[in-house]
Amino acid sequence: MKAARSKLIVLATLAASLGVSLISSQLDPYFLDVVLGIGINIILAVSLNLINGYTGQFSLGHAGFMAVGAYLSAALTSFLAPRLLGAIPGIAATQVFFFAALLAGGLGAALAGLLVGIPSLRLRGDYLAIVTLGFGEIIRVIFQNMESVGGASGLHNIPQHTSFFWTFGLAGVAVYVVVSLVNSTYGRGFIAVRDDEVAAAAVGINPTRYKVTAFVLGAFWAGIAGGLYAHLKSSLNPTGFDFMRSIEIVIMVILGGMGNTTGVIVAAVLLSLLPVGLRELPTFTFNLAGNRIDLVWKELQMVIYSLFIIAMMLLRPQGLFTWAPRKKAGE
Amino acid sequence: MTEALQQLVNGLALGSIYALIALGYTMVYGVLRFINFAHGDVFMLGAFAALFLYPLAGGQPSVGGAILVLVLAMAICAAIGILIERLAYRPLRDRPRLNVLITAIGVSLLIEYGGQHQAMLGKDPRTFPDLLPATQFSIGGAVFGSHQLVVLALTLLLLIVLRFIVLKTRIGTAMRAVSFNPQAAALMGVNINVVVSFTFGLGSALAAAGGILYAMNYPSIEPLMGVMPGLKAFVAAVLGGIGNLPGAALGGLVLGLIETLVKATRWSNYADGIAFAVLILILLFRPAGLLGKTEVEKV
Repeated sequence: MKAARSKLIVLATLAASLGVSLISSQLDPYFLDVVLGIGINIILAVSLNLINGYTGQFSLGHAGFMAVGAYLSAALTSFLAPRLLGAIPGIAATQVFFFAALLAGGLGAALAGLLVGIPSLRLRGDYLAIVTLGFGEIIRVIFQNMESVGGASGLHNIPQHTSFFWTFGLAGVAVYVVVSLVNSTYGRGFIAVRDDEVAAAAVGINPTRYKVTAFVLGAFWAGIAGGLYAHLKSSLNPTGFDFMRSIEIVIMVILGGMGNTTGVIVAAVLLSLLPVGLRELPTFTFNLAGNRIDLVWKELQMVIYSLFIIAMMLLRPQGLFTWAPRKKAGE
Repeated sequence: MTEALQQLVNGLALGSIYALIALGYTMVYGVLRFINFAHGDVFMLGAFAALFLYPLAGGQPSVGGAILVLVLAMAICAAIGILIERLAYRPLRDRPRLNVLITAIGVSLLIEYGGQHQAMLGKDPRTFPDLLPATQFSIGGAVFGSHQLVVLALTLLLLIVLRFIVLKTRIGTAMRAVSFNPQAAALMGVNINVVVSFTFGLGSALAAAGGILYAMNYPSIEPLMGVMPGLKAFVAAVLGGIGNLPGAALGGLVLGLIETLVKATRWSNYADGIAFAVLILILLFRPAGLLGKTEVEKV
């Protein structure tokens, strides 16, 4: 019953996003850019929530997987598509090829997730955080030195295929996959591994397998989001996928509440709107010891993020949108 | 041969700085079992403290002024380190370690990006003054800067002082006791809060010294300068065996040498990635580090 309803919701999301997609040429391009950014962030946050929230493996390398998906799919549509589809491709063929490129990007990221996951998931807690951070940085350094995709100057003139339909359709599917997975019999294992790894192993759950599964699936969706991002912005720069990008996604998960998909989606929307809102705020000027100081709000974005993190951990570690505190073993 | 000697000294000088930062990571980890992400930022604040203290100490290169600046900057950073622990980490002492790690990331971002604001340190790189009269001399054809020798000598001195504090003083004994078993240490009358504050102070002072030495060799400082050295020093601490003091020093030197060697080859663009590759390899093949002991996990 519940499964049937959530399938219906996914179909409704797909239909609605297709509908909006058809009229999207009427919308203000800036507005559309912001809205599509929200959709991409939802995919990123929900997929990271599977790793960090439900499975309890603190990963700081999500931007690295996003980079793999972004570069792979962008390389396919920029270099391969013109040769395969000829000089004047039809709309249908282009869209099908775009979808295939997104999938390829996702699968490439999933492969990277597997390569990263198998060795590093033997580690726990803070070690895992640092190692995933390290892998994310290594992926970035590799792209920075790969001249075939632009190297340090980045990849430009990527076709702008990302539409409302693809972004929110795929976001709907991502949410559906993650929610149905963790609510399934198999998926309870993720939560068991998070709550007590030793106890989970004792009742016959293979923690490593669950961790790697979460990692690969999370990386797959990060790759999809990366592909959407590449075809939205139409240019890629390796520095756009650094440690700070990973932190932004982590903040969405922390703010929404680890292991709370609805909360994470709300947080992803709010945090995507934060830079937009800060840009609108007027500059605040005051005098401090005779020096004129301009408080430009959008420059304070990272400071606000950092204060969010500290305040959340001190006051509401379960997340802003989680009301019933999660019961943990030993409490 | 000459070039090899020169690269060796370069590597040792860079490695000494990593070692100084790594000691702070490893001491905090030994006592509290968590990674103080903000440690690399204390390193940065050390360099800025020296920049601001420089005019007070005469404003020109002199040995006495340099010592004054170094000692004052170390004291300021020790106070900052103690303050960070007091405000951000102590309220979370009994929470899951992951929460403390996330808070530490928050503190680190706050210092970095708060520092970038024009009302604080500003975004643009600043030139670090010559604290000491700089000279160059050559041994067997290889040219060395006096700063590099200062780095090596000062690191050695600080390591000896640290070793004395940890092994021969009461507070050092208390640190080792807390690291060994905090509950038992508390029952024996060790005040854990004092020990933790002291550990943060000591680690932050060493990071400040590292920051000043780094700035003397690479005289352009900005609020994000601590990020990469901080991460690399953490790798050095893990390489040597986290929680192990001689290990952190050894790990720092090894990492500095590896990085300098890589920079001398055609793979120099990958130098920033090398530290992480080392980290991943060490965690895969010898998770306890070079000098660490393997611990058995108990349920």
